[in-house]
Amino acid sequence: MTDLLTPVLSKNWTQERSWKIANYERTGGYQGLKKALKTSPSDVISVVKDSGLRGRGGAGFPTGMKWSFVPQDNPNPKYLVVNADESEPGTCKDMPLLMASPHTLVEGVIISSYAIGCAYAFIYVRGEVAHVIRRLQQAVREAYSAGYAGKNILGSGYDLEIVVHAGAGAYICGEETALLDSLEGRRGQPRLRPPFPAVAGLYASPTVVNNVETISSVPSIIREGASWFSSMGSEKSKGYTLYSLSGHVARPGQFEAPLGITLRQLLELSGGVREGHELKFWTPGGSSTPILTPADIDLPLDYEGMAGAGSMLGTKALQIFDETTSVVRTTLRWVEFYKHESCGKCTPCREGTWWLVQLLRDFEAGKASEGDIEKMLDLCDNIGGKSFCALADGAVACVTSAVKHFRSEFEQGYHTPAWELFPYGRSALFAKQSEGAHA
Amino acid sequence: MSGHEFQSFFPESGSIDYADTASSITDATVEEMRQIAARYPEPRSALLPMLHLVQSVDGRISPRGIEVCADVLGITTAQVAGVATFYTMYVRKPGGKHHVGVCTTALCAVMGGDILLDEVSEKLGVGEGETTPDGMFTLERIECNAACDYAPVMMVDWEFMDNMDPVKASAMIDDLAAGRPVQSTRGPVLTGWRNTERLLAGFPDGRADEGPSAGPASLLGLQIAEERGWQAPTPGEIAAPVKEENQ
Repeated sequence: MTDLLTPVLSKNWTQERSWKIANYERTGGYQGLKKALKTSPSDVISVVKDSGLRGRGGAGFPTGMKWSFVPQDNPNPKYLVVNADESEPGTCKDMPLLMASPHTLVEGVIISSYAIGCAYAFIYVRGEVAHVIRRLQQAVREAYSAGYAGKNILGSGYDLEIVVHAGAGAYICGEETALLDSLEGRRGQPRLRPPFPAVAGLYASPTVVNNVETISSVPSIIREGASWFSSMGSEKSKGYTLYSLSGHVARPGQFEAPLGITLRQLLELSGGVREGHELKFWTPGGSSTPILTPADIDLPLDYEGMAGAGSMLGTKALQIFDETTSVVRTTLRWVEFYKHESCGKCTPCREGTWWLVQLLRDFEAGKASEGDIEKMLDLCDNIGGKSFCALADGAVACVTSAVKHFRSEFEQGYHTPAWELFPYGRSALFAKQSEGAHA
Repeated sequence: MSGHEFQSFFPESGSIDYADTASSITDATVEEMRQIAARYPEPRSALLPMLHLVQSVDGRISPRGIEVCADVLGITTAQVAGVATFYTMYVRKPGGKHHVGVCTTALCAVMGGDILLDEVSEKLGVGEGETTPDGMFTLERIECNAACDYAPVMMVDWEFMDNMDPVKASAMIDDLAAGRPVQSTRGPVLTGWRNTERLLAGFPDGRADEGPSAGPASLLGLQIAEERGWQAPTPGEIAAPVKEENQ
């Protein structure tokens, strides 16, 4: 039986200056790379396949399988692109990882690039996190100086260039094909698939796009072995992962545990819901994953457990809201986010999210009309699954799940403002200093 | 549902300010743009960092900046402007010395971000997207910035200001206005938004070693595991047959 928490990625975060290469090497850093370079690229892919590692950015696609889709007979160069655009509301795991231990990712990038046969790797980081970018830039420079990147890495004959690329503010660039357009110097708008990036990605060449945490898991898998990794986790969701607890909890934070831990267990570790309050609703993996209720807190937080509850594991961003919180207000704020971040390419998403905001503002103000719930659900039906990418699906998931679990709260929006039903000050950690209009 | 007449609603849209032709871009800037372009297999990939560089020099996306980017990359000014107006970090009006962002996406908003935005707005005397008359601060309502375990979050010059409240925010603004040093809770001493923009263009500022490894929330699980002696399994103790060893 494995322990409740299993720090691997976060294990060195309390080390002095953990972001420096010498300190990373002192705790086993770059041993995975040295081991990988002594085997063939296909062996590295086999180990990652055998480990059962699945994508940690939301979709949960098997990583080794994704790598094996890269056609090795394609004459174009191959590329690895790391998705460090972490922007899904509630999600806050990759940024602390990159700040505390950027070399974990850099080592993963080098091993993964070697495995898929690529000579150029990009780390696409959202632009709004200056210090994360500093630490990453420095880590890449240190890796070059140490002979882990650049020409003839550790005498193996393998060459790799690594570029840290800052985005410029666009949630949509976390979608892998929008990210590729953005990295090509264009507006970040999703592409029609197929072709998939594995065949025609960056510069229309074979490309693997993986999340930060996924690539960062590779060094330990190579170092310790596939069966070590798969000895953690549940039957189909192998390994350890970072769970992020935020919101109305006594102690928010990051928890690295085997896949399959429950929210009840995580809440016990974090001191529970803030004192004097109780859980009302929560997201398992960011705002794009349908919300769940206290009835769901004993479900395993793994890919199958969340799918079975009609939600998704997503980014494992557990946002906790207590009984003071208005579901209508929270849903409105999420949908305002999606409206703001819709890239505008697909009409159902661009126009539909705008209309959802109008309806939800009426619900919040207690000015909705009988039938507006049905109208809103009909609208959701015309947005979800009818756009190029999953942004639209995420936008409607929070609405439909909120109505499913808290329909009566929306019905109260026919006559009573949400701020009267749930005075907003009660949800906040502090009061307004001076009196003014409600926030 | 009356009152929902058709309208386009993209208030953040808008063109580059072509009326204001001021620019501080020099030959040295252009040379740095060429350095950025040389990092990529295809030069156009450099456009986003190049636009960050334009902002570090001109404090906004200037018409001259658009022309120079287009010239260096061999694309049209319309292509550059199309990109510059898509991303929210690129601004049309000159930004203040410090960029002050308040997160009001759902979780931060509920935890107090809405109150915080009101308070900061009153304190600065400007609304969202506006700059104080002395050019010190630009206020912006921002979306989720990946620090939810530190909510409510502010970002100043795109550095983390965690666990904020109106009292802390007010003191921070006073310190910045008076030129006293203010350090990010997980980062360096703040030196201004344009310096951050230069960093984003890929030019290091030598400050990576400032600040902690991690904040307290990031370390919570690790510390609990250490207290209780919890850890990942020791590789040698895995009993199952090891497939990769047979290869």
